[in-house]
Amino acid sequence: MSFNWKHYFKTFSLKELMQGMGVTGKYFFERKITIQYPEEKTPISNRFRGHHALRRYPNGEERCIACKLCEAVCPALAITIDLEERPDGTRRTTRYDIDMFKCIYCGFCEEACPVDAIVETNIFEYHFENRGENIQTKDKLLAIGDKHEAEIAKMKAADAPYR
Amino acid sequence: MPEIRNFTLNFGPAHPAAHGVLRLVLEMDGETIVRADPHIGLLHRGTEKLAESKPYNQSIGYMDRLDYVSMMCNEHGYVLAIEKLLGITPPERALYIRTMFDEITRILNHLLWIGAHALDVGAMTMFLYAFREREDLMDAYEAVSGARLHATYYRPGGVYRDLPDSMPQFLPNRFRTEAEAKRLNANRGGSLLDFLEDFTNRFPGYVDEYETLLTDNRIWKQRLVGIGVVSPERALQLGFSGAMLRGSGVEWDLRKKQPYAAYDKMDFDIPVGTHGDSYDRYLVRIEEMRQSNRIIKQCIDWLRVNPGEVMLEDSKIAPPKRAEMKQDMEALIQHFKLMTEGYCLPEGEAYAAVEHPKGEFGCYIVSDGANKPYRLKVRAPGFAHLSGLDEMVKGHMLADVVAIIGTQDIVFGEVDR
Repeated sequence: MSFNWKHYFKTFSLKELMQGMGVTGKYFFERKITIQYPEEKTPISNRFRGHHALRRYPNGEERCIACKLCEAVCPALAITIDLEERPDGTRRTTRYDIDMFKCIYCGFCEEACPVDAIVETNIFEYHFENRGENIQTKDKLLAIGDKHEAEIAKMKAADAPYR
Repeated sequence: MPEIRNFTLNFGPAHPAAHGVLRLVLEMDGETIVRADPHIGLLHRGTEKLAESKPYNQSIGYMDRLDYVSMMCNEHGYVLAIEKLLGITPPERALYIRTMFDEITRILNHLLWIGAHALDVGAMTMFLYAFREREDLMDAYEAVSGARLHATYYRPGGVYRDLPDSMPQFLPNRFRTEAEAKRLNANRGGSLLDFLEDFTNRFPGYVDEYETLLTDNRIWKQRLVGIGVVSPERALQLGFSGAMLRGSGVEWDLRKKQPYAAYDKMDFDIPVGTHGDSYDRYLVRIEEMRQSNRIIKQCIDWLRVNPGEVMLEDSKIAPPKRAEMKQDMEALIQHFKLMTEGYCLPEGEAYAAVEHPKGEFGCYIVSDGANKPYRLKVRAPGFAHLSGLDEMVKGHMLADVVAIIGTQDIVFGEVDR
């Protein structure tokens, strides 16, 4: 085997290690890309699928007509609906439960809903403190919908042309 | 005279280098491996059985969760099998979107692989660089489907929604001034395609950086060169596919050999290794990232000038547009029918495979004419690779097991299914 000077020079001068250190050094002085999470957040798409919410019409009447389409389409069987006919003849739910532990956030419920009642919002940070809180009842879902209606309406309107 | 026995070592299932829930029972002779026995099944979720009890569309979301680092490619394999049995072809724009997102997925997968593999072998910082780029691609995932990982975006007959014309923006806050937010939003001004084009322009430079950090590095080479050598004949016999097969020098890529989606119109090369060791497979995957970048570029150029439908207009398979559904009684009935019952596939069976980042991912559907599969079989590349682990590690040292698991790019979601 011939004696390769170039090879030995490269080996003893630690050339490739120095080049690697160069990359590291470059980023040491570069602007940081860290996001200071709880205080600042990354942008969220209009199509984001987070916590669910039930919406109301502007006149305060709840949108959901208990057609059970979301219950039927849910791959994880996370939605449970009971219904009743009101004295005025309209169909409304008496129970609308989503088990957040079962939900896989596929967005099919929102896709199926013919009246845009059940939606997935951009709320992605939530927690449960007690056993049983994972089941989001109708009241809780409506409350979330009421609280964030302006934002939900904006998000859904922005995405409506694509659906 | 005391009996000399080999030492049996339990590697995993909670070992940090075992990539999830791999449990290896290693029979050691000193520090040399005599036999490696992978125990699988710790992440078994019964996806195949689960699919048998659901209408076809409802299982798409579960396909994401098979190989959870290359989500859309799994969906692609599944919807392709359904489309084959139905005998439908999605609109061309949908095919290009699928091609583009398959390649985005490939880069996502390879970035995670290079990060995790380098971390296993001892190069810490690679992980951070790889995840920086993954962030941009996951933003693209989120912009198009609404989820950063489990997209549920592909549908039989196309894709759910067209690409968005705007990207979400960074907002100024107490850590970020107006000017800084503006700088962060520089590539978010236009559509998703503009955002991705900016990424494809930057990405080759990033790959160069990865190569500077790893390719010639003496420690990296000492850990990978000559480790886990598989001969081309043996790779074929063991049923390897993807980079594991190409690293051994067999030029086999489903994107070229049996093109699906829009791959027949794409201009790209297939990198092939020569020695079949871990280092060759590393080089193959690095080159695959560059080629994927090329394909994404071509897709962007095409998608820019060719607007159109992204979903088949067949009310028997695809639900009607929302505006139409709210106006038209007929459309509403179709919508209700598709959301509850779904659609029925003709009696028969079909196998469709895609070139998944890890190898050949295929779905075999047997239909008895109902709206659910009679049987769904998922052909996961990782399973065949893991089966060849024993042969690959035999005679190597304990530390090399980690390198070989890394080079196989094992993800347990698909192995255990």
